[in-house]
Amino acid sequence: MSSSAVSEAPAEFAASSATFLHAKPLAAIFTGALIVAFFGLVPLLGNDYWLGAILIPFLIMSLAGLGLNITMGYAGQASLGTGAFMAVGAYATYNVLLRLPELPLPVSLLAGGLIAGLVGVIVGLPSLRIKGFYLVATTLAAQFFLEWMFNQYGWFSNYSTSTSISAPRLVLFGQDLNTPVGRYLLTLTTVSVVALVAWKLVRSQTGRSWMAIRDMDTAAAIVGIPVAQGKLSAFFIGALICGLAGALWAFAYLGTVDARSFNLDRSFQVMFIVIIGGLGSLIGNVLGAAFITLLPILIDHVADRLFGGAIDAGQLENFQKVLFGALIIWFLIKEPHGLAALLGRLLRRLQAIASR
Amino acid sequence: MSLRKPWQAVALAVFALSLTASQPAPAQEAKNQYVPLATYRVGAYASSGIPVWAGAIDYFRYVNEVEGGINGVKLFWDECETNWDVEKGVECYERVKAGKDGSPVPIFLPHGDPISKALTEKSVADKIPLVTLAYGRTETIDGRVFPYSFPVVFSFWSEASSVINFIAEKQGGKDKLKGLKIVTLYHDSPYGKETQTPLAHLAKTYGFEDIQVPVPHPGNDQSAQWAKIRQLKPDWVFLRGWGVMTPVAIKTAAKVGFPVDRVIGGIWSGSEEDVRPAGAVAKGYLAITPFPAGADFEIHKKLKEHILDKGLSDLKDLKSFGSVYYNSGVNEAIITVEAIRTAQKKFGARPINGEEAQWGLENLNLDDARLQEIGAVGLQQPLKLSIKDHEGGGAGKVLQWDGAKWNVASDGWVRSDRELLLPLIYERAAAYAKEKGITLRSEAVN
Repeated sequence: MSSSAVSEAPAEFAASSATFLHAKPLAAIFTGALIVAFFGLVPLLGNDYWLGAILIPFLIMSLAGLGLNITMGYAGQASLGTGAFMAVGAYATYNVLLRLPELPLPVSLLAGGLIAGLVGVIVGLPSLRIKGFYLVATTLAAQFFLEWMFNQYGWFSNYSTSTSISAPRLVLFGQDLNTPVGRYLLTLTTVSVVALVAWKLVRSQTGRSWMAIRDMDTAAAIVGIPVAQGKLSAFFIGALICGLAGALWAFAYLGTVDARSFNLDRSFQVMFIVIIGGLGSLIGNVLGAAFITLLPILIDHVADRLFGGAIDAGQLENFQKVLFGALIIWFLIKEPHGLAALLGRLLRRLQAIASR
Repeated sequence: MSLRKPWQAVALAVFALSLTASQPAPAQEAKNQYVPLATYRVGAYASSGIPVWAGAIDYFRYVNEVEGGINGVKLFWDECETNWDVEKGVECYERVKAGKDGSPVPIFLPHGDPISKALTEKSVADKIPLVTLAYGRTETIDGRVFPYSFPVVFSFWSEASSVINFIAEKQGGKDKLKGLKIVTLYHDSPYGKETQTPLAHLAKTYGFEDIQVPVPHPGNDQSAQWAKIRQLKPDWVFLRGWGVMTPVAIKTAAKVGFPVDRVIGGIWSGSEEDVRPAGAVAKGYLAITPFPAGADFEIHKKLKEHILDKGLSDLKDLKSFGSVYYNSGVNEAIITVEAIRTAQKKFGARPINGEEAQWGLENLNLDDARLQEIGAVGLQQPLKLSIKDHEGGGAGKVLQWDGAKWNVASDGWVRSDRELLLPLIYERAAAYAKEKGITLRSEAVN
């Protein structure tokens, strides 16, 4: 997870996409079209399956990837505590919704995110002294501890028999959001707003100091960048975003969750999203989440259409796992810098064709 | 990644073709009933899952082949792999819920405690009953609050209570429970904690000492827990495990010298797959189950003649015929088929939808006569559901492992103290209704 090699590709990509959309009106039209498509057309055309089982988890995992990417991709602080931060976000939001029902939903969500961010700062404290794999090990401790804590103490789940929490009514401006379209729009809005803020942030002074710390923290300290503050702020923002993702996972997607939904597997899943998508790239989170969450479903559908009924169901399932694993390896060999770099190359090629 | 190589083009073409090919035919008058199956044939729990689908599919095939379907309506099914994961389970549910080839979905079997919890509310919106045989949230028994959740036959609370009643049976009466020490060794998860409340209540009622000992997931080292148990010297240990935890518990019990015939496994600690890995020391181990093992029930004779001997069985390993998990699949299929049959009485002999199946389930009455006709006497307990009672049965049989197979050790079905626990369950359901702002369904709608 050392980074000098990693940082080049996203920079290239950023440059190329900027030139690709060099004309301002073109960029505006492109963005506008995206907004209309996702906010307007998708809810109109999408059915429950597309919204509830495909798009919502995909968007939330992109958001979780974004959170980890801030900590790991931009600031270079590797973390396996993503699942725990998501759990904190979910349980904190649940308790805020439950105990302070007069707060509007966005405020409750943000409060849950802030609490997750603060937990992230505490978990990030060891990063002031240790790096790399040692830091991963300390974040792992947070992962196990927090999962155990939510399972152990009934207070967090309002003493439900099964220590699982279940979505209170999701209401915004008197509008019931507990329909597939409502939950989709809630997720999409949150993801869009957070992505916009993150985009501004990584280009701000904070973002630049994160990248300086990532590339070489000693050098960063020498040129006067506050390293400790930078590392902790990266943990705070990263965990805050993961916390939002966790709350959405619990309430906009599943409805009822317990802490096991945010176990170590989830942390690894988010880490793979970031690695496959591209460290230090915002678009990479979306691509990585698409790869990790959508590709297995796609393979499943294709396998069903092609071989459904003809081949033993168990073997077909195992074959899909093998295929998915092989695809991960193939993509990483083809493009070790992640899908974002691949997209960057593709855009450059298109641009070359266009300017010919 | 341009298509320079021919194989890439071929792969892409095949892929594109597969997406367009075989779109479902337009909904004509459907003749057959669709029953989606959410399976887990891969992943950590595959070994327990595979015999379940075999049991269910064999029974469906039997209904189709021998009985000509349910009143002439044949069943068809497809599988969706969940890996026992919540997300995959939700994806499968959303994928199948619209029905297939014109037939609606009558009943969804989530097969996974977390999946069933995630679907609790979605199923209400979609009006598709979730049938969770011997798992799921206990308070969903109250159909006034949970109209589409059916934790049929044997909830975890009934499980705990039946185990206590079995201990009473062995000790010579419920008055003998007083002063006993009963340890519950549980999988530290929501599932494992479900029995804490009823056991605490029963301990207060009968005066035994209730000691709860958690085992963290997955439970492949339990030396600390069993050292503690040895120190406590309990009279009985109630083992509520899942997956690898059970064989490890049996082995560790033997290692520390705790008599294995004083250990009673829960529903999910009581299959062949749970005890075989423990080896010879498992001899004498007890377990409670609502789907007793055995291949001598009448229905098994029919299944053997018409399905297994004709090579139609879904079983790869015929040794599993009549195993606990196989029989659980048969039980589940019987309930599904009988609920559809009941609904057909009211709505006509045609594929029925979820709302009609809800009526079918709530009016399901599997009495002794009907069980006799099916050939499931002893395999399935009499089951009568209603709006207020989505569980029905509430009894289990205690089996004992003799080193090669399970034998029934209890005096038939051991009933649970449902009348004692139901008020508590209704209380919890009411609290849930209040938290969610649900208005109770009247008991007299149908």
